Amino acid sequence: MAARHKSVETKYMEDRDAVLRGLRSLDRRTFLKVLAATTGAVMAKSLMPPHSFQLVEVANAAPDKTASTAGMAGQPPFTFAYVSDTHLYQRTLNQRFVRAAVKAVEDVNALDPQPDFVLFGGDLAQLGRREELDLGRQILAEVKAPVKMMVGEHDWFYDLGGAWQEMFGPPNYSFDWKGVHVVVLMSVHEKDFWTPRNMTPEQRMHTVAGLDNGVQSRFEVGDDERKWLAADLAKVPHTTPLLVFSHSPLYKYYRNWNFWTDDAEQVQAILKPFQQVTVIHGHTHQMLYNQIGNISFYGMLSTAWPWPYAPSGLPPLTVQMNRADPFDQFDGLGDGRINVRADGLADKIYSLWDRNPVTVKADYLVSHGKTARPPAPQFASY
Amino acid sequence: MTRRSIALAAAAGCAAIFAAVVHPPRLRAQQEAPLPVHEVPVSKNGGTVVMLCDGKTSVEVKGLKPGESMPHAQAVEVARQLMEQWRREHPNEKWEMAKTDPSSEPPPVPSARSGAEAGTRPQSKGTQQGDTYASFTDRDYKVWKHETDSFVEEGKQLFHDGAAVGGTIGVSCDMCHPDGSNTHPETYPKYQVQLQRVALLRDMIDWCIENPVKGKALDPNDTRLRALEAYILAQRKGVALDYGKH
Repeated sequence: MAARHKSVETKYMEDRDAVLRGLRSLDRRTFLKVLAATTGAVMAKSLMPPHSFQLVEVANAAPDKTASTAGMAGQPPFTFAYVSDTHLYQRTLNQRFVRAAVKAVEDVNALDPQPDFVLFGGDLAQLGRREELDLGRQILAEVKAPVKMMVGEHDWFYDLGGAWQEMFGPPNYSFDWKGVHVVVLMSVHEKDFWTPRNMTPEQRMHTVAGLDNGVQSRFEVGDDERKWLAADLAKVPHTTPLLVFSHSPLYKYYRNWNFWTDDAEQVQAILKPFQQVTVIHGHTHQMLYNQIGNISFYGMLSTAWPWPYAPSGLPPLTVQMNRADPFDQFDGLGDGRINVRADGLADKIYSLWDRNPVTVKADYLVSHGKTARPPAPQFASY
Repeated sequence: MTRRSIALAAAAGCAAIFAAVVHPPRLRAQQEAPLPVHEVPVSKNGGTVVMLCDGKTSVEVKGLKPGESMPHAQAVEVARQLMEQWRREHPNEKWEMAKTDPSSEPPPVPSARSGAEAGTRPQSKGTQQGDTYASFTDRDYKVWKHETDSFVEEGKQLFHDGAAVGGTIGVSCDMCHPDGSNTHPETYPKYQVQLQRVALLRDMIDWCIENPVKGKALDPNDTRLRALEAYILAQRKGVALDYGKH
C-alpha cells in the first residue's frame, strides 16, 4: 500500500538501486534475479491502476469539554464533502477536465457514510458559457448527496451571472445545519473595468480568466452583500458556530493573481464577534490554510490543474505541498471532506488524488500552529 | 491499408490542415532572418583562408586543402599570425585581455525582468577592443533593449494563447504557470526522470505543448519556441539561483 504513494523519482531511484546492487555480482543466477526484478518493476508501473480516492477513518472528535458554553449544544457532529474548480470547457473541446470532474463525483459518491451535503466551490465553467455550465450541472446531478452551489469568477463574467443564476439560483444565501449557521457568499464581484475599454463579453471573460494580467479589478464582496451578510448574522447568537463559503480567500494573499478579496478586512470585522468561524474557499488550487484572529481559513483543491504558491504573501501556517508532477494529470488535485465536530470547530481532509491524504485539524489553526502540525512532504522537489 | 494506418493518415492530414489554418502570430522578421555570415575571401594560392572574428582580418594557410585539418601547433601559429596582422592594422588600439580598465565604469546590470533598464548603462568610452562591445551609444542601447523586450513580449503572448502554439483543447501555458512561475528555467540542464534523459528548458516546453496543451511539439528552430523560451528566461533574469524552486 505504501509503495503506491511514492513519487516517480523515488520509484525510479529504488528500481535503479535494485538493478545496480544486483549487477555487482553478476553470475547467471543473479542475472536472472535482476532480470526478474526489473521486469517486475516495469510491469508494476504499467499495470498500476490509476489512484482513486483514499478512504480515511472519520476521526470524529469527542466533544471538547473546554468549549462548554460555545458550540452546538449537544448537536451531533457531521461531515460534508467538496468538489471545486472544475473549469469545464464544452465536452467536445476538452475531455481532460471532464474526466477529472467525473472522478471527483465518483469519489464523493463512494464515501461511506455519505456526507450530509456536497459543496461545489465555484468555477464550474472555464469561460462562463451556458453549455459549459450545463455540462457541469449534468455531472453534478450524479452526486448522491444534496449539492450546495457557490459561484466563481469563471462562471460569472461572460454574462454577469445570467446563466448561472438561472440554473442554480441566487449566488449568496444562508441556511442552518445541525446547529451551525452556514453562509454562502458571492465574493468575486469586480468593479467595472470593461466598459471604459469597450470590451465584448468574450474579452471581459477572457481577461478575468487569466491570473497574471493587471487589467481586471480585484475581487470584492461589495457594499450590498456585506450589508446583507451583517443583516443575516444579526439574528444569529455569537455562540453559534459559523461556516462561511467564499470562492476567493477572504484575506489578502497575493494581489497580482487575485488570490485576494479587496474588502476582506471589512468582511472579517462582521465575522469577528462569533466564537467559532470557519471560512472555506476555492480559487487558489493548492493546499492552503490560515488563521486570522478567531477565523480559520481553508483553501480547497481543484480538479482541473494545481497552481504554484505565489511569490509572496503565503500564510505562515500553511505547510506547502511540494511541486506537482507535470507528468501526472492528477497530482496536486483532488477533493476533500470537512468534519464539523460537536464543539463547532472543523477538521479538514485533503483527499489528494495521487498522494496520501492530509488532515488539517482545527486544533492546528486555532492554536496558531502550536499543536497538530500537518505532515510536510518527505521529499524535496527536484 | 489497415484501419490503424488509415487512422494515422487521417490524423496526420488533420494535423497538416490545422497547421495551415492556424496562423502564427506576427513574429519579428528579424528573428526569422538568417544569422549574419562573414564573407571569407577566395583563396589565391590553392590553400584555405582563415578569418578572424572581426570579419575582416584573414590569412591563407598554404597547402591546406578544403576538408583537411591542421596539426595543433600549426593552428596556434595561424592564430598568432592573425592576431599579429590585426595589431599591425590597428596600431592605436589597445587590446585588453580579460582585464578591464579600472577607470572605466562597470558593465550594465541586467534587470530582474527583460533587458537592462535604460539609465543604468554607463557612458561608453570606446577604449576597449574597438568594435561591437565598446563603441556603442545610448541609441544602440535603446534599440537593443527594445528588440529584446519585443521578443520577450511575443513570447508572453504565445504563453497566454494555447491555439497560437498549436493547442487544441483550450489550455494555455499561463493557466498552470502565471507569470511563468514554477517553470524554474535556471535548473536546466537536468536529468528529467520522467523523460529518462537530460532535458533542456525547450524540451519541457515542447513536452507541455504536446501533452497538457495537446498540440504538436515545435521544431527547435521555430521562432515561437525561441520566443517562449525568451519569455520564461526573462521572468527569472538576474534573480538568484534557488535550485529546485520556482
